[in-house]
Amino acid sequence: MASSVHSEKQSFLSTYVFSTDHKMISKQYLLTGLFMALFGGLLAYVMRMQLAYPHSPVPGFGSVSPGVYNSLTTMHGTIMIFWVAMPVLLGGFGNFLIPLMIGTRDMAFPRLNMMSYWTFFLSTVVLISSFFVPGGASPVGWTAYPPLSANPTYSGAGLGVPLWILAVALEFVAFLMGGINFIVTGINLRTTGMKLFDLPIMIWMQITASIIFLFSVGPLIAGAVMLLLDRTAGTGFYRPEAGGDPLLFQHLFWFFGHPEVYVILLPGLGIVAEILPVFSRKPIFGYRAIVWSTIVTGILSFVVWAHHQFVSGMDPRLAMPFSITTILISVPVAITIFSFIATLWRGSIEFAPPMMFSLGMLAVFLIGGVTGIINGSAPADIYVHDTYFLVAHFHYALIPPVFFSLFAGLYFWYPKMFGRKMNDLLGHLHFWGTFIFVNVTFLPQFRMGLLGHQRRIADPSTVYSLGDIKDLHILSTIGAVGLLLSQIPFLVNFFGSLFFGKKVDRNPWKSNTLEWTVDSPPPHGNFPGTPIVYRGAYEYSRPDRADDWWPQDLAPDETRAR
Amino acid sequence: MTTVGATAAPESRTATGVPTGRLGIWWFLASEIVIFGGLIVTYVLFHLRHPEWTQDARHTISGAGAFNTVVLLTSSLTMVLAHAAVARGMLVRAGRYLSLTSSLGGIFMIVKAFEYGHEIAEGFTPVKGLFWSFYYAMTGLHALHVLGGIVAINVIGAMMRAGKNVHRVEYVGIYWHFVDIVWIFLFPLLYLTS
Repeated sequence: MASSVHSEKQSFLSTYVFSTDHKMISKQYLLTGLFMALFGGLLAYVMRMQLAYPHSPVPGFGSVSPGVYNSLTTMHGTIMIFWVAMPVLLGGFGNFLIPLMIGTRDMAFPRLNMMSYWTFFLSTVVLISSFFVPGGASPVGWTAYPPLSANPTYSGAGLGVPLWILAVALEFVAFLMGGINFIVTGINLRTTGMKLFDLPIMIWMQITASIIFLFSVGPLIAGAVMLLLDRTAGTGFYRPEAGGDPLLFQHLFWFFGHPEVYVILLPGLGIVAEILPVFSRKPIFGYRAIVWSTIVTGILSFVVWAHHQFVSGMDPRLAMPFSITTILISVPVAITIFSFIATLWRGSIEFAPPMMFSLGMLAVFLIGGVTGIINGSAPADIYVHDTYFLVAHFHYALIPPVFFSLFAGLYFWYPKMFGRKMNDLLGHLHFWGTFIFVNVTFLPQFRMGLLGHQRRIADPSTVYSLGDIKDLHILSTIGAVGLLLSQIPFLVNFFGSLFFGKKVDRNPWKSNTLEWTVDSPPPHGNFPGTPIVYRGAYEYSRPDRADDWWPQDLAPDETRAR
Repeated sequence: MTTVGATAAPESRTATGVPTGRLGIWWFLASEIVIFGGLIVTYVLFHLRHPEWTQDARHTISGAGAFNTVVLLTSSLTMVLAHAAVARGMLVRAGRYLSLTSSLGGIFMIVKAFEYGHEIAEGFTPVKGLFWSFYYAMTGLHALHVLGGIVAINVIGAMMRAGKNVHRVEYVGIYWHFVDIVWIFLFPLLYLTS
């Protein structure tokens, strides 16, 4: 009988709606994020159909005017980054795993945790409402540069942009609240014996990501307040006639925007770091190298931002220093990726769906990473900036940590969350469809970009003269439709397995970390007492042991002094 | 800062020895520092490009700003005295010092309201010029934080008088000192730059 914090029976509302239990909150974030992923994906469907057949109405949607197209791109990007990646990777996996992996009963501030979700929920409502106001959703790009975004004459006098700013601001507040919770919990609430260097890599990633977010988002909050004031109160922060500078917003935006992509990448890497050792039956290679590389990546992420602005008209002397730092940051990330590959080397690989998605994450992310080097070098970037080359780069860089990792993590931790396994056949179908169609969608876009096809253009027929643009767009759209259809096995699997999935015991994967020592799903309060940790998280296939795994909390019969 | 017995949070586990609530408030302050820092650094960089802003700054009411500086510094003193009283278990005295702190915060807000009213009446609105846009954005954001602090002091004060969560007086004190320090930056940058 597990201990329970609440002795009296809880109401439906306090169990499922206003819960302070990190596990329930994590599922709320997860479901909201997955719902928004569907929404963001459907927006992409409309965009891709418009791009392939610019003069036909989109089936299921209607005709897409340039203004509507601008809103689609803006909201697709905004939703995927702020309403999918962050809630699923941080709000979902972070909330679920941090207390369980460090051996404690809940987050440091459970009520703050609950508030963070409901603030996030409010931000979701505000964002979705912006579709329905006169003028429609914001059309100024997820980057929201002034003067376009600051001037209602250019971007419409409706509420779309102000609501977008408000929604993003609320989302920031929600994740600041959550981030503080994660950091304090990870630092202070570790169970007995859980030293910092015994933490699973996932926890290092979640804490580092939270710290990065906390330090980077401030200037953008300031910048967003100034943007809202420019737009609604007529101030001139970004207006040259008033003495302001539109470039200021770009700097404030990207000072946050670049660290933000690492906020998204790191938890995605953390998920892979937990799965690879389990399905190779090998310790993670280079644990300390990965930890230090992650910290260095976090620090360096603050000094690369202007590589988004090489062609903005900023002082050209900034081009070289930012190119250097950008290329430099690939080193610690590469150390992490190579460590992952070395983890696989001579391992006893089991190709279960979590492993397939983890391997797929690495393969696809590689392409995103090396094309980042090209974009990060100012002389090359001048030619490819704001073309489809860039679009392909960031989709190759973002889809692996966001989608491949989230799928890997869901297949892996679903048994712990829901007490049942997902179906393997549907999982493999889902994987291959996703993997193949991601490449069909985005590989052609590199070529489009090199031909000179700019991004954010509603009617590509205006640039058909550049080359085989029409065929490339059609190919890319076939990929996008295939990608969306490939998610159907996942949806069937995810919801179907809740009722029909094979029931599991505590540790179907024979993993060493603490979350696998409790029931599936874990009870309120997680652990019956205070677990004691004796070793790191990756003791697999030790030659001196009969079992090929050694849980963190198993008392040693004999122990060698550390 | 040491954790004195009477102010220690009840049954809180801490792997570092630092109480969890205190750790939380410091990380919260870190995020606030970057928010205000972003605004302040932006203002400073702009001001360097616009030396003529010293003319605009002449129209801020330096006397009121100086008075408010004294008010906030004094309120930080009363806040520390409140915390010290809690540490000695003297909750009634602590309650009085908390009320004093809150009132001083209120005086700050009233003086601010007077300043804004006067400046707007003279035509120095947020859209009069970029200096004024920054002035209102920075002092406005700060004033919102003072207001939030006043609310927090009163809520925690009420809890403390009921004998609950007395360790939180220290935490709201840390926050209040931060609000004070931000003003110490704003005052010379906005008022004294003439």
